[in-house]
Amino acid sequence: MAEKIAARTEALTENPFHYCPGCAHGIIHRLVAETIEELGVREKTVGVASVGCSVFAYNYFNMDMQQAAHGRAPAVATGIKRVLPDNFVFTYQGDGDLAAIGTAEIVHAAARGENITVIFVNNTTYGMTGGQSAPTTILGQKTTTTPYGRDPHVNGYPMGVSEMLSTLGGVAHVSRVSIYSPAQVNRAKRAIKKAFEVQREKKGFSFVEVLASCPTNWRMTPQDALKWIEEKMLPIYPLGEFKTAAEEGK
Amino acid sequence: MAKVLMGGNEALAEAALRAGCRHFFGYPITPQSEIPEYLAKKMPQLDGVYLQAESEIAAINMVYGAAGAGVRVFTASSGPGISLMSEGISYIAGAELPCVIVNIMRGGPGLGNIAPSQADYNQATKGIGHGDFHLIVLAPNSVQEMADLTMLAFQLAEEYRNPAMILSDGLLGQMMEPVEFNENPPKEKDKPWATRGAKGRDPNIINRLLIEAEALQKHNLKLQEKYQLIKETQCRCESYLAEDADILLAAFGSCSRMAKSAVEMARSRGIKAGLVRPITLWPFPEKEVAEAAKGAKACLVTEMNEGQMLLDIRLALKGRIPIHFLGKSGGIIPTPGEILEEIERIEVNLRG
Amino acid sequence: MHHELIIAGFGGQGIMFAGQLLTYTGMMEDRHVSYIPSYGPEMRGGTANCSVVISEKEIGSPIVTDPGILVTLNQPAFDKFAPTVKDGGLIIYNSTLINGELPGEDVETLAVPASKIADELGNPRITNMVMLGALIKKTQMVSLETILDSLEKVLPEHRHNLIPLNKQALEAGMEYTEDKL
Ligand SMILES: Cc1ncc(C[n+]2csc(CCOP(=O)(O)OP(=O)(O)O)c2C)c(N)n1
Ligand code: SF4
Repeated sequence: MAEKIAARTEALTENPFHYCPGCAHGIIHRLVAETIEELGVREKTVGVASVGCSVFAYNYFNMDMQQAAHGRAPAVATGIKRVLPDNFVFTYQGDGDLAAIGTAEIVHAAARGENITVIFVNNTTYGMTGGQSAPTTILGQKTTTTPYGRDPHVNGYPMGVSEMLSTLGGVAHVSRVSIYSPAQVNRAKRAIKKAFEVQREKKGFSFVEVLASCPTNWRMTPQDALKWIEEKMLPIYPLGEFKTAAEEGK
Repeated sequence: MAKVLMGGNEALAEAALRAGCRHFFGYPITPQSEIPEYLAKKMPQLDGVYLQAESEIAAINMVYGAAGAGVRVFTASSGPGISLMSEGISYIAGAELPCVIVNIMRGGPGLGNIAPSQADYNQATKGIGHGDFHLIVLAPNSVQEMADLTMLAFQLAEEYRNPAMILSDGLLGQMMEPVEFNENPPKEKDKPWATRGAKGRDPNIINRLLIEAEALQKHNLKLQEKYQLIKETQCRCESYLAEDADILLAAFGSCSRMAKSAVEMARSRGIKAGLVRPITLWPFPEKEVAEAAKGAKACLVTEMNEGQMLLDIRLALKGRIPIHFLGKSGGIIPTPGEILEEIERIEVNLRG
Repeated sequence: MHHELIIAGFGGQGIMFAGQLLTYTGMMEDRHVSYIPSYGPEMRGGTANCSVVISEKEIGSPIVTDPGILVTLNQPAFDKFAPTVKDGGLIIYNSTLINGELPGEDVETLAVPASKIADELGNPRITNMVMLGALIKKTQMVSLETILDSLEKVLPEHRHNLIPLNKQALEAGMEYTEDKL
């Protein structure tokens, strides 16, 4: 395992990540890239970068990439996939992008059973714009736009996107994973691989939610941020496989 | 009231609160985030409403709803978000509802970048949505004006039942200057047309569907009459050392600050330069600009875009004198030194 | 009187605070003032800088591209901004962290071992105030009294316990500079 980490996968470029120290985006990029390399599909893959801290994903994934407007990545991916049904198409989206401004696009791509893979990075906040609240912000959590803590009477409740999408017919695979420990990172890797395999087998829409840390905007050390995922996020966002293609009468 | 040192975005937000606005709907985007962050702190203390919408499309429609319900309401965003709002803005203008929309411009097109820019001039003054309508567009050039013009925007919006926009940029949003708030903010007008429950009166309908061609045309003509009245009465413009200027600079917003410095540098070198600065971008102060250019031999338009107000200046000056252009985009700001170089080039030509 | 300054260093050195304090003080002394922070993603790591203008007359451009005065707290900021200083201008630099070699320009320099002085006072976080002390002694731009008044306004109430320490740092910077004048 240690060797694997040291050797950078071919599916990543040589560019050093611009992410803050301890940011989860770097780990998740690596897991996605390793999966693509292991499946041997790098040259057949088109990735869609969204708007958020990962907007520069196209600098890191060593493959064809298209950058989408805020929230619209699933629609852009649909366009690509309908032109190139035998290629691999994935989106990489944050919680502001996917669960706020992009709710229409993600729900309808899922309901259409669009044969794409969506990597959804849930860090409970808008990282890039400076730590405003997101639909996934947990109750009581302080952000720059909920300075007194998220109050359900004013700001509503945290959104369980995996739970919601797994109720839709076209959806082949939904799982929620995290990266707060080495064991969880391994599990996240397996889930991402499974999602891409579902796409390879043309079973429909596959979705992996990754509970992630944003130490900068949470104003925590990277270590404390990982602890916070485990202690505060897990009770609201339980990990697990919500749906798999196997159940979906193939 | 004493002066306070404030950032432009904060001063704008504070001015809205002092103008009695207690309703804000928005969505985060750089470089305007200080506005919602300020209001998220203050509104709860004032029993006001601060709500972060799921998108700018939702935010502007929340504004449409709240404006229909008859309150002072505003939203703020930057280029990409304003583009998403354009459908809603068209509805609001069509329904003749007052509200204020703030655009803290950044570089475009597309996601562009977050650096200061004036690339949304055309969008704001000419093409912010479908249909025959206009926004009232005000362009501050200091933190003081961020506050003053915001109060004015609420007043004009209500007076004419028309959306008003503050067109500013990341530079003015982030910079700090002393500001003194107007102690007599504009009084709120009665809104008998608001939909607040038809108690003891016929129902009010806020609607932008007019299926009959004649009816829609009649409505559009009424809008045009209103726009004509605004044009005649609300043009605002400032000029600086324009009376005897050979070379007249034209600039708006933050760019006018660099232009003003360049004018001073040129004057100290014996070149008669001056500056005209439109404050209302719609209605465009055509007459005032033409008047300022009366004695000039050449005009230099400078903007943080590739030439947008330039076209309105051309229309205003009607080909009478040569018009030069210095533009920077992508977040690059023309420096006074660069503008001065351009002035000197023009001056050499004039003498030549 | 018309001063255009850039204050630069790395994030966490209190660059923005020093700039705002100076600007506020200028306002208290009835001058025209403006302040612009650098903003954007570059704030996350590396350098922080701000432009400050303090003037008797109304301020045109608030952006400072060729400063008359540069106050710089670390080497990368020195390297970046020293070449932009106007001919005849002044650079005040934190000589604890900066090797102030200039490519031979017509610029006056004042070396202040500000980090060292701050450490001696027991708190590296007041390096910015030592530098500010040096600046006002050297240029007489604003008075110490007004800065102290401004501190009370600019610092939130729960931070007022820090005022004596800040005062010490300002005075230390002034004293050091006095000897060099
Ligand atoms: C239409 C539009 N509105 C707003 C923005 C500003 N914006 C950029 S990133 C972002 C949120 C990103 O948050 P998230 O998706 O959670 O990703 P993270 O940065 O946390 O990784 C927003 C609102 C934009 N670029 N476009
Ligand atoms: S702000 Fe948060 S999400 Fe963005 S790079 Fe930094 S840690 Fe990561």
